[in-house]
Amino acid sequence: MDLDFLVVQFQKKDEKAFESLYNMYSESMHGVIFNIVRDHAIAEEVMQDVFIKAWHKADTYSSSKGRFFTWILNIARNAAIDKTRSKAFKKSKQNLDSDFFVDIIATGESLDQKTDAIGIKKFVDKLAEKCKSVIELLYFRGYTQTEASEALNMPVGTIKTRNRNCIKELRNLVLN
Amino acid sequence: MDIKTYIESGILELYVAGVLSEKENQEVYGMMMEHPEILQEVLEIESAAIKLTSAAAPATNRSKIFQAVKDHLGLSKSGKVVSITKPKYNWITYTGWAAAIILGLGLMWFANENRQLESDIKISNTQIDLLETQIELSKTSLEEANTLISVLRDENITQVPLAGQGHFSSTYAKVYWDKTSNRIFLDAQGLPEPPQGTVYQVWSLKLSPLTPTSLGTIDDFISDENKIFEIENTNESEAFGITLEPAGGSETPTMEQLYTLGVVKS
Repeated sequence: MDLDFLVVQFQKKDEKAFESLYNMYSESMHGVIFNIVRDHAIAEEVMQDVFIKAWHKADTYSSSKGRFFTWILNIARNAAIDKTRSKAFKKSKQNLDSDFFVDIIATGESLDQKTDAIGIKKFVDKLAEKCKSVIELLYFRGYTQTEASEALNMPVGTIKTRNRNCIKELRNLVLN
Repeated sequence: MDIKTYIESGILELYVAGVLSEKENQEVYGMMMEHPEILQEVLEIESAAIKLTSAAAPATNRSKIFQAVKDHLGLSKSGKVVSITKPKYNWITYTGWAAAIILGLGLMWFANENRQLESDIKISNTQIDLLETQIELSKTSLEEANTLISVLRDENITQVPLAGQGHFSSTYAKVYWDKTSNRIFLDAQGLPEPPQGTVYQVWSLKLSPLTPTSLGTIDDFISDENKIFEIENTNESEAFGITLEPAGGSETPTMEQLYTLGVVKS
């Protein structure tokens, strides 16, 4: 079904559209959230919060502000990051910063019967360190260019072009 | 701006990642709407990003999570969706069908009623025709009766009783002669019905010498109800007679079959 139509229906509180969008994006959001919180139970809890929030905030979305995927990605990242900042979370989890999404994929924990698994695995294996950190920060953590350039001690322009090249490589592996 | 350069700048990857400012987002959206190749690029970046992030997701049954979301939002459970919406659907459906059936029956009733009324109108029209005919007949009868009354009362009318003759002495008749209009009214009430194949013939007579002149046969004797017949008579009659003749009448009266005879009083 047409994405724009689905989103409009979702904004009208159509449950079927909500379910369709959930099916389209929930796995991706689960990946982002789990990468941040690194705990199955907490990740599922955050997942619920994210989609409940999306339902309530549906009318704040507008296609002119960005992609629907991007909109829900922002909600997911923020919710997960908020979670890691809570006191309870800080007590139970330590030293998360050193882990990148690549670890999750590389350990194969999530790669069950996915058709893209092989391509992604290959990509992660081949991925240069500089790509891993850029993608981690921009996509999984939502760092701005400036924040990423500071974190990685790299010029802003380099962040942009490097990210472009890394994603291009990814596209070659998973889309073609 | 050159589209290729714009794409290669890497801004679209940042757009999908959601890390641009609001103003930059607006700009990219504008470019995307204007250039289909930019939109296509964005869609491919998004698709790759979804696949990459999905790869980091734990393998689990995510529909369970969605059910929890729906429960929290008070949305219908998939099982209950049917049971809640179905009666609503059925109620409307049944009402609709019921209305359609009632309407259908109503139309049939109207059609039948209409047919019945049309039939009634036809019958009524026939009755009206019949009654009009009867009225017409009655009027005619009344006119005839009035004419008779006027004849009976008229001073200028000569009354001539015709007495039964011979074997037919029990019969009688009467002639009312209107000389001014050259006609007679014959009251033949006292004559029996003529046998099959015969007919009464009326005669005007001169007495010296005896000269009969036929005034014609009474062909409608049986069918005429009041047995009063109007007959033209231009003769200087001295007497009137009635004989029974073979059908079609005779040139001269058959004296053996002379039923009644009466002389005009001068």
